[in-house]
Amino acid sequence: MNVLGKVLALGALSVIAACTNNDPSALGGGFGSGANSAIAPGSPSDPRSPAYFQQTVGDRVLFSVDQSTLTPQAQAVLQGQADWLLANPDFVATIEGHADEQGTREYNLALGARRANAAREYLISRGVAGNRLTTVSYGKERPIEICSTEDCYSKNRRAVTVLTGSTLG
Amino acid sequence: MMRFLTSLLLGLTILTAPVNAQDGPLRLELDQGIIEPLPFAVPNFVPDSAAAAQYANDISRVVAADLTGTGLFREISSDAFISRVSSFDAPVQFADWKAINADALVTGAVNVSGNRLTVRFRVWDVFSGQELGNGLQFAGTTEGWRRMAHKVSDQVYSRITGEGGYFDSRVAFVSESGPKDQRLKRLAIMDYDGANVQYLTDSAAIVLAPRFSPTGDRLLYTSYETGQPRIYVLDVDRVRRTELNTPGGTMSFSPRFSPDGRSIVYSLIQGGNTDLWKMDLASGQSVRLTNTPAIETAPSYSPDGSQIVFESDRSGTPQLYIMPANGGEATRISFGQGRYGTPVWSPRGDLIAFTKQNKGRFHIGVMRTDGSEERLLTSSFLDEGPTWSPNGRVIMFTRETQGASGRATLYSVDISGRNLRPVRTPDGGSDPSWGPLQN
Repeated sequence: MNVLGKVLALGALSVIAACTNNDPSALGGGFGSGANSAIAPGSPSDPRSPAYFQQTVGDRVLFSVDQSTLTPQAQAVLQGQADWLLANPDFVATIEGHADEQGTREYNLALGARRANAAREYLISRGVAGNRLTTVSYGKERPIEICSTEDCYSKNRRAVTVLTGSTLG
Repeated sequence: MMRFLTSLLLGLTILTAPVNAQDGPLRLELDQGIIEPLPFAVPNFVPDSAAAAQYANDISRVVAADLTGTGLFREISSDAFISRVSSFDAPVQFADWKAINADALVTGAVNVSGNRLTVRFRVWDVFSGQELGNGLQFAGTTEGWRRMAHKVSDQVYSRITGEGGYFDSRVAFVSESGPKDQRLKRLAIMDYDGANVQYLTDSAAIVLAPRFSPTGDRLLYTSYETGQPRIYVLDVDRVRRTELNTPGGTMSFSPRFSPDGRSIVYSLIQGGNTDLWKMDLASGQSVRLTNTPAIETAPSYSPDGSQIVFESDRSGTPQLYIMPANGGEATRISFGQGRYGTPVWSPRGDLIAFTKQNKGRFHIGVMRTDGSEERLLTSSFLDEGPTWSPNGRVIMFTRETQGASGRATLYSVDISGRNLRPVRTPDGGSDPSWGPLQN
């Protein structure tokens, strides 16, 4: 994709993202497009769009307290992500690992890395090439919910697959 | 900055014939469980000119605030004074100070000549009518007046307690603003008491956990400026930072200097697993210190550099371990209920401060290096990340309040568990690192 096309696709996506994405870390992510269908390219109804991936496939999996093992629900979401990534080979992704605020800063950074890695390993086991998947841990630095109860904590203990761009220049 | 620091102390002069401070009858023994603060008076230092008057007043106030802030001393208000001190060299009217129950008296004088400031002071044991130690004179520039006040306070503290002070020191920390889900973090440095805040980074990238070098000239910290958490070293005076080249593995964090300042120990994440590594700063070469599938992080050297205390969840929950500085077998030292993290070896070598999480509460605590005599000093929704004062008597840490409006604030507490108090910063504050006493 040429640079201009990428910039336009980015512009279109960021409008959608502003409406639907409550994960601030994803806002700055440089989405690729890969949109190539009759449906409005890049719209959530375009099954090849990152917005579709985020909203319909599901971009995140949740974890129990202090755990990085994948629940059956998490595995189902990741299976959907793997299918999508295999069908859309132009995309690469960064998997962000997060923790709730119950824990020290250092331990939570390490725990977030475990969670991101668990998601990455699962995607690889389902056929996604490892070189398309990077990980980063934010520890407890980027909660999406800010109350201090299990309601919020359960949503903050997450691994989010953020599409960061196309493998094609 | 450089000029200010190097030119602060142009001279230090002893004003009287030596008197052995150890012989002074006035002595506060810090290990005796002090309950009643020692009453002292600091009459305004005597200015030699109109230009010196404001400095004299400000320096006296900072000295009084330093001493009061320890919780070990209680200032007697000037409203109660019977004597006025109008000349530094005039004989002290001890009866007037005894009458208002001042145990200690600090007298001083301030001279200003152009940009040059000179502070003289004496510490008196009121009841014996004797001077504690020698009168001293500090000379420097007017802009360094606060540091000179802290130097006076360090002398007063030392002479009365027999231990080193901690007032002429700085704290590096993370300045925080904005709500929890959009928090902006900047690296900052300030005097130990919250004065003279300077920002060392902007808030474009998340920054975490600055750590002072043993001499205070550099800071290690973690920044997300590349998108991944990585370790940087910052020259404090030049405010110039360098990324450290850690081996394969994209994320590195939780760095700390060795006592000789030549190497660092840190956490490196590879394949989702966090281990401890050590880097020689001159060569940039790293060697692995731990190799387990567990999380190993928050390392801290013993003051002699021979051992490292760290946190690992190899037992199933985060606990504290000690291993030789070059790696090898680790010994678990924490066995109480709950989860332990962020161990920090005290500068005296006798204690390890830590964060403890138990039954939904967080605590800052201390234990001996073999894990015995654990004492919890604080309790709140979220306390973490202790750092030691240069004399090993006070711990500063982060306290975060709960809920959507939760905010991080720096606090300090005496190792006795007394004198818990917030440290004022312009915005929120977290991850303090208490630097050494300055020269």
